[in-house]
Amino acid sequence: MEDEKRSDSLQSSFYASHGKFRGIFSWIFSTDHKRIGLLYLCSILSFFIVGVTLGLLMRLELFAPGQTIMNAGTYNSLFSLHGIVMIFLFIIPAINASFGNFFLPLQIGARDVAFPRINLLSWYFYMTAGILAIATLFAPGGPPDAGWTFYTPYSIITTTSISLAAFAAFIVGFSSILTGLNFITTIHRLRAPGMKWFRMPLFVWSIYATSWVQILATPVLAITLLMLIFERMFGVGFFDPSKGGDPLMFQHLFWIYSHPAVYVMILPAMGVISEIIPVFSRRTIFGYKAIAFSSMSIAGFGYVVWGHHMFTSGMSETARWLFSLLTFLVAIPSGIKVFNWVATLYRGSITLGTPLLYSLSFIFLFSIGGLSGLMNAAVATNVHIHDTYFIVAHFHYVMFGGAGFAFFAALHYWFPKMTGRLYDETTAKIGWLTVFVGFNVLYFPMFILGWRGMPRRYFDYPLEFTNANMISTIGSWILATGIMIMLVNLVFSSMRGRNAGNNPWGGTTLEWQVSSPPPLHNFREIPEISRGPYDFS
Amino acid sequence: MESERTGHLNQEGQRDYTGSKMGMWLFLYTEFLLFGGLFLLYAVYRTRYVEQFHTAAASFDTGLGAINTVVLITSSLTMAFAVSAVRKGDRRRSVSALFLTILFGMGFLVIKFFEWKAKITLGLFPGAVEMFQLPQGEVIFYSLYYVMTGIHGLHVMIGVLVLVGMMFLLVRKKITEKDFIKIENAGLYWHLVDIVWIYLFPFFYLLT
Repeated sequence: MEDEKRSDSLQSSFYASHGKFRGIFSWIFSTDHKRIGLLYLCSILSFFIVGVTLGLLMRLELFAPGQTIMNAGTYNSLFSLHGIVMIFLFIIPAINASFGNFFLPLQIGARDVAFPRINLLSWYFYMTAGILAIATLFAPGGPPDAGWTFYTPYSIITTTSISLAAFAAFIVGFSSILTGLNFITTIHRLRAPGMKWFRMPLFVWSIYATSWVQILATPVLAITLLMLIFERMFGVGFFDPSKGGDPLMFQHLFWIYSHPAVYVMILPAMGVISEIIPVFSRRTIFGYKAIAFSSMSIAGFGYVVWGHHMFTSGMSETARWLFSLLTFLVAIPSGIKVFNWVATLYRGSITLGTPLLYSLSFIFLFSIGGLSGLMNAAVATNVHIHDTYFIVAHFHYVMFGGAGFAFFAALHYWFPKMTGRLYDETTAKIGWLTVFVGFNVLYFPMFILGWRGMPRRYFDYPLEFTNANMISTIGSWILATGIMIMLVNLVFSSMRGRNAGNNPWGGTTLEWQVSSPPPLHNFREIPEISRGPYDFS
Repeated sequence: MESERTGHLNQEGQRDYTGSKMGMWLFLYTEFLLFGGLFLLYAVYRTRYVEQFHTAAASFDTGLGAINTVVLITSSLTMAFAVSAVRKGDRRRSVSALFLTILFGMGFLVIKFFEWKAKITLGLFPGAVEMFQLPQGEVIFYSLYYVMTGIHGLHVMIGVLVLVGMMFLLVRKKITEKDFIKIENAGLYWHLVDIVWIYLFPFFYLLT
């Protein structure tokens, strides 16, 4: 009986309408935003697994002092590729391109994004970049070893395939820009009648803010990487002191993009949390406008704080305190969000589902990451902890503990809508617990290591750091096990799970009003919107 | 494919002219920022090597630069003609205006080619031995010249290709007085190429 109902809902869903192509071509030639969202999701998860593997190997090398499983050069390549894959191919597009594509049109009551073909093109750019990045592993000269930041002058001198890796990042930039302009146009032009700006779900707001950052920051990275490639190919000398250039200019240009990019990673994550918390505490979101505006102001502040990556690189005293001050200001909109989420939970009737567990861990881990960020932002402390494991711990807490956990939360929250099935709740909770414990065992010791002076990016360390490194490596195994439990559960449930129905969580946003999985054109008739997104009364 | 038909249409099933144009403008912002990175470098190095930028800029042929400026601005005019002709329903005139635009664009590239060639024969290019004997500021100036006009030239080439595509669409009646957003967006792109040059010209030729 249940199976019949399910095959009915599948036949009327977008999975059944494959257009004029069959098999895999019905996916890679599809312009349906839901199919493209799933294409992105699968490719992003694949690159995530590549990145996790590289990370595990690095941790394995650091299990004991001295050379254990690889030499220094290999280790340099591993941390470079780990960074490139995780940042450019996983976390920047993670929530934005996958769930953004799938749910943005649904949440604003549209049938598709504004430019469906450009949408598909952006996925092709993304895949090209991904393949190029992986190809550096086998390219002559070996994989890049200059870190994901490609700092000059080393990135100019080294014989490894920096140009290819930089070109991959250049291409993925195109994909990011195209997604951004597509989403902005979609939000401006395709909202359902009555969907005023302040009736949009907060996930849409966060995607909107993210898209502006993508559009206004990514081109700067593109031109910087292009100059790096020219530097290596023709020796133009912009960053080469022997020719009158200045390596610091590379750092400035690089961080003018790459700091805002941090907000490309975290803003959609905050949007996901703002969706999940009201649904699982059955209360309307506290401070809707404050959260919406704080997204926009985080995007705005993001542009003017890049200098805090360069406190020790050589910068005037004025520039230092100014960048420090501005960095502290970012904590205000971030704090606004955290307080509003907690206020939403207060006196709600809370269901402790897996998406909420991931969201609560997000708040906890993001707060640790954010507060340690303030320690980095203070010029005096920064000099002490610059380029140590403290920084590594800090950005893993905000990026993985923040954006990564929100990605997992979104994966569970929207799983029933995307597949029409429920995942196994108990296994999901075991997975969450393992991931959460593993994460903290892996990254918390790094705070201590960094504070005690262990520099990042070395394959070896003095004996006194042995214990903490060992604990950290054990944490990496726990974390990997947790991720495996989570993914296996989801894959298995997508084939065998119980029928989810249209609205298993009792959500109030528009995507829960259509069947699961959604039909090809999303809505039989475009809905008229007459109230806010989180009305639980 | 069915979903494809909904693509450039809005909720009511009409063509979304404003939406398409908005997308194009957003794309143009990204282009400005792309060149912005280069202009930033130019500004920094100009303040660092004031004298040497003067000397190097003096070696450029202002006449050729001025001719190229006129060529490119005129091409923007013919581009505007092409768009307004389509809007009035005169596709034939639009095709000829586009043809002129393409000619001007290629003329610009030809002149640019001879300018580059003149400098390269003098051994003034990144990596050349002669370059190393120059003061550092001049090396940076010439490198900036090649990279900035080079990337601009690449944009001219892409623009020409896009305009050829537009001509093709005009002839095949894919662009009409009711549906002219493609040629209008192509025109916007062409004007961007023009406006970037309007900044490049004084930076490398006039500010001696």
